[in-house]
Amino acid sequence: MNNLIDGKTGKWEIIIGLEIHAQILSNSKLFSNSSTKFGLKPNTQVSLVDAAMPGMLPVINEFCIKQAVKTGLGLKAKINKYSVFDRKNYFYADLPQGYQISQYKNPIVGSGEIQIDLPEGKSKSIGITRLHLEQDAGKSLHDQHPEKTYVDLNRSGIALMEIVSEPDLRSSDEVALYIQKIRSIMRYLGTCDGNMQEGSLRADINVSVRKPNEHLGTRCEIKNLNSIKFIKQAIEFESRRQIKIIEEGGQIEQNTMLFDSNTGTTRPMRNKEEAHDYRYFPDPDLQPIIINEEFIKNLSESMPELPDQKKQRYINEYSLSTYDASLITSDFDTAVFFEKVLKVSSHSMKNPKLVCNWIISELYGYLKKNDINIHKSPITPDNLSKMIGLIIEGKISGKIAKNIFEEMFYSKKDPTDIIKEKKLEQISDEGSLKNIINQVLEKNTEKVLQYKSGKDRLLGFFVGEVMKLTDGKANPSIVNKLLKEKINK
Amino acid sequence: MKIDKNTTLKIARLARIKINNNEIADYSKQLSNIIDWVQQLNEVNTDQIEPLKKIVEIPATFKGDEPELKDYSQDILENAPEKIENYFVVPKVVE
Repeated sequence: MNNLIDGKTGKWEIIIGLEIHAQILSNSKLFSNSSTKFGLKPNTQVSLVDAAMPGMLPVINEFCIKQAVKTGLGLKAKINKYSVFDRKNYFYADLPQGYQISQYKNPIVGSGEIQIDLPEGKSKSIGITRLHLEQDAGKSLHDQHPEKTYVDLNRSGIALMEIVSEPDLRSSDEVALYIQKIRSIMRYLGTCDGNMQEGSLRADINVSVRKPNEHLGTRCEIKNLNSIKFIKQAIEFESRRQIKIIEEGGQIEQNTMLFDSNTGTTRPMRNKEEAHDYRYFPDPDLQPIIINEEFIKNLSESMPELPDQKKQRYINEYSLSTYDASLITSDFDTAVFFEKVLKVSSHSMKNPKLVCNWIISELYGYLKKNDINIHKSPITPDNLSKMIGLIIEGKISGKIAKNIFEEMFYSKKDPTDIIKEKKLEQISDEGSLKNIINQVLEKNTEKVLQYKSGKDRLLGFFVGEVMKLTDGKANPSIVNKLLKEKINK
Repeated sequence: MKIDKNTTLKIARLARIKINNNEIADYSKQLSNIIDWVQQLNEVNTDQIEPLKKIVEIPATFKGDEPELKDYSQDILENAPEKIENYFVVPKVVE
């Protein structure tokens, strides 16, 4: 992929690194017993620890440590047996402690890498610098009142994983693929639900530009983006902004930027303080996390099949194309659905490519149009498998199957019932087809003569007429065969 | 290390402490003395020594993942200078 973009003075390369903040899936918070449920009444999931009442002490939730280590294993990263929680000091209304408990010098997970799937079946390796654990902050609502901010601390203290990438990404498309891959891995592992709308997955993007093969430029960080569409827009705008400044003889100032989704532009955040210093130091309330080989081994033995492994297996076992395999494995629920359809009947097991096509082309389309998640699909794996069986047995044509599919989607009915009700079964009986063919030929004697005198294309016309008379139910290959026999006699 | 006038003024501003012009010289001298005193630590060679994170290094103990479904919001919001519909209300903090 050539990622260079044109400026007035020639080609430019965009260099991008990401910090992804992923909320850990757990029942209770990282250091307290409050619930992590989303969308409850404000401030009802705030314990005295979360509210930073004097004398309250944090205790580490072991499950969150396991989730972080599992994610680290999924990113093929080094797991650190010794890691430390530090305090990152800053003052903000959504942070009751006045500091965030985070990890600085000794993160729980060190360097790793993932593969992103580029177009044309290529892939690229993206380095992971580290993964560390930290507390999420509360949520501020700025749009409820002209002069006030409303604060809800329900989110405050939920465990976050910050996943830092190397500056290996070169375009907004690569960034989108990278985020989708990380999201996919975490969803397979069940360590983060990846729901960007609810804010369980957010990203800070570091962008700089340079002429190819020159030194790295000064970077700007765009904060807190929560949709892939906005991330792409922000990168496009920010890289153009930087190129323009440099080409006009200016210099890039290292800055923290905000993205405005209404205008699609970035602007520098106002600096409230002149000197920014988080004054990190080890949190005296928490002892270091020390884990042993057995702890890691138990987790690595419990690892499920990950997207890349599944993709490879689908290519090997089911002869899917690389493209189809990566599409169907990119979302965990879709892969589960696909495997369920295969398991229901030997027809679908023998035709995985057909099953895959129906899911990717038809089911995706209907689900998207109706905004339904695949695990709530009105067409069950059972019914889809039955319908595919009917196609393979020649009972319905592919075209009729599309109508039945639509009916199944909206009525949730069994395909065999739909066929009976609507009398959609394909006509493969040669006797009745011959009758219909005779009718068609008698009605169109002139065209039959034209056909016989060499107008081969008219065969399609005759097939079409038979289809009309049978409401599309005639088995097209048998009609073709019978027509040729009859006319060429 | 010498702390000059401008540095003293900057530190005062960051710390939100108001100082008078006639105090600047004195504070600059005091700050310089403090830095010089602390800099004695640099005489010790610590190249091969890991920073001390804990006085006693015992591994952390863990808790389980069962949520406690207790609503403390009424108690906690008692501390709020202003509240509306269970939210803390603060002066606007965004541009």
